[in-house]
Amino acid sequence: MSKKLKKRIRRVAMGAAVYFAAVLLSHLVPGMNGYISLVLFLAAYLVIGGDVVKNAVMNIGHGQVFDENFLMMIATVGAFFVGDYPEAVAVMLFYQVGECFQSFAVNKSRKSIAALMDIRPDSANVIRNGETAEVAPEEVEIGERILIKPGERIPLDGVVLKGSSSLDTMALTGESIPRDVETGDGVISGCVNLSGVLEVEVSKNFGESTVAKILDLVENASSKKSEAEHFITKFARYYTPIVVGCAVLLAVIPPLAAGGGWQVWIYRALSFLVISCPCALVISIPLSFFGGLGGAGKSGILIKGSNYLEALADAEMVVMDKTGTLTKGTFSVNKLVPAEGIKEEELLEKAAYAESYSNHPISRSLEEAYLTRGKGIDAARVGSVEELAGHGVCAVLDGKNIYAGNDKLMRKQGLEPENVEEIGTVVHVAEDGAYLGYIVIADEVKTDAKEAVDGFKAAGMKKIVMLTGDRKRTADYVAAKLGVPEVYSELLPGDKVDLVERLIAAKSEKGKLIFVGDGINDAPVLARADIGVAMGGLGSDAAIEAADVVIMTDEPSKIVRAIQISKKTLGIVKQNIVFAIGVKVLVLLLAALGMASMWAAVFADVGVAVIAILNAMRAMR
Amino acid sequence: MRKTYILEDLDCAHCAGEIEAAVGKLAGVTSSTVTFLTQKLVVEVEDAKADKITKEIKKVVKKFEPDVEVVEK
Repeated sequence: MSKKLKKRIRRVAMGAAVYFAAVLLSHLVPGMNGYISLVLFLAAYLVIGGDVVKNAVMNIGHGQVFDENFLMMIATVGAFFVGDYPEAVAVMLFYQVGECFQSFAVNKSRKSIAALMDIRPDSANVIRNGETAEVAPEEVEIGERILIKPGERIPLDGVVLKGSSSLDTMALTGESIPRDVETGDGVISGCVNLSGVLEVEVSKNFGESTVAKILDLVENASSKKSEAEHFITKFARYYTPIVVGCAVLLAVIPPLAAGGGWQVWIYRALSFLVISCPCALVISIPLSFFGGLGGAGKSGILIKGSNYLEALADAEMVVMDKTGTLTKGTFSVNKLVPAEGIKEEELLEKAAYAESYSNHPISRSLEEAYLTRGKGIDAARVGSVEELAGHGVCAVLDGKNIYAGNDKLMRKQGLEPENVEEIGTVVHVAEDGAYLGYIVIADEVKTDAKEAVDGFKAAGMKKIVMLTGDRKRTADYVAAKLGVPEVYSELLPGDKVDLVERLIAAKSEKGKLIFVGDGINDAPVLARADIGVAMGGLGSDAAIEAADVVIMTDEPSKIVRAIQISKKTLGIVKQNIVFAIGVKVLVLLLAALGMASMWAAVFADVGVAVIAILNAMRAMR
Repeated sequence: MRKTYILEDLDCAHCAGEIEAAVGKLAGVTSSTVTFLTQKLVVEVEDAKADKITKEIKKVVKKFEPDVEVVEK
């Protein structure tokens, strides 16, 4: 609790005591002089609402007529004139209590938001001239070495030179399982070093590092306002003058028309003034969005603006790239099919050796599969290697010719390989004219890809589409496995844009199209979609720049989560708008008819604001 | 150029909106955003006016919220 708020609460409590004493006294002494009673209540009033009166008077000087303080003052002073001393003080008391609650709630939500953004590193231990010095992260230059002890936050992006450890990436990815790093691995600022001491060579200065980019993004997210926020701003601009205008009319017209009864109508008009602040909405709507953005951030979903959070709830089409989004984008050996009399080991060994000089992902995956079986490549065994473009390779291993490649290569050797129906890339292997078998290498489907597709279906997406530049057979296979209803394959990058354009033209007016890609070579499509989502943002600047929403992990199911958060947030926003406006209009009507006291009016003002704020804070969870 | 200010002790959300609108109307300011929750004011201002704008912003803020302290970041 802030000092200012504490002081305010103490003063209001003191005033409340004076108020109750005055009430008690006027009951115990029935014939009390009216002036004494007025003085007592005035004293209570000034203790409780002195600051409101002071602000109001100062604001008149600035020409701020529709200021909340001013309106409260008019309403309560008016009540004094009408002769309702106790009520005038009570209304001010109630208003102040409500304001304190409101400040408390706002402070609390400010704190939780600050906690969400608490990934900024305070300092870096830089090694200069053999000594470590603690400096601000901004002062460290690229190429310098920093030391990160267990428990410290990694201040800058870099590469591990010495040591191994596990990192807590929770604040960035929402992932609770620590990530292991060792010499040669890249580390990302904002993560917390858990176990070992790391010596890291800095690869980016602070302004360019991941943590600075994320903080910048989060801090600016709230300045891209949603339609709901624009609506509230507009509403607030007209609401107060209209209600104040109505109050004036209410005070003047009925008594003139019907004659007399000034007191009654002025009292009702004063109630109007109390309800004329739109605070409940002005605070709670942006707070809901902020909470939603923060809640998403906690699960490793960065949303670049309230407008995108709002748009996610209206999504009706989701278009996904295959490679890197639904599949891992890394190749691995899926199946070994040796010919008769050949061992799996032997087949893999020959293929791995033959391909050992190539850096192609397919070759790498062969070597990796061989290494994971505990074998190493002994380069001395390999003689000359010849790459046969469009066919494969021919390598001399232990003096024998090994051929590894597609079926065309096999036929060239006079062999008739099996017709393989498998999905993926097939590598046939032959040795000196003898067929050894084939290996299937395929991109792996992500473990949560099916969950994501099912989630989209459950979220009521009208269209779920998968795009890929890959072969039709592979694409159809992946789509069938995941249950994606619509597939477009063998597309060039330009085709993807055209296709997304066509889909956008086909959607309903209010509906939105989400495009999900890995952010590496689909920037034009990300930009064209209503909401561009990039996967695997951690460490990829391109993804962070190009997209509207960045998923920090590799999990496509997080997009479903983002839609859920969006729907929940929008639900809270709608509840607050309907509730606040509803209660205000209802109390205005009742007050005009003389059926609501000024008490009800205060509730419609601060009471509603507090309830709306408490409701808005749910969006954070 | 872009300037960021912290509005310390900004308590009134309604005033935040009014400050945003009033700062937006200052000569040389092309955009103005107040975020009530982070107590931040971000303005885009023409380079030529950048030096004087802080003073003018302080004046505007004082008018709406005398208690708020404007700190340039």
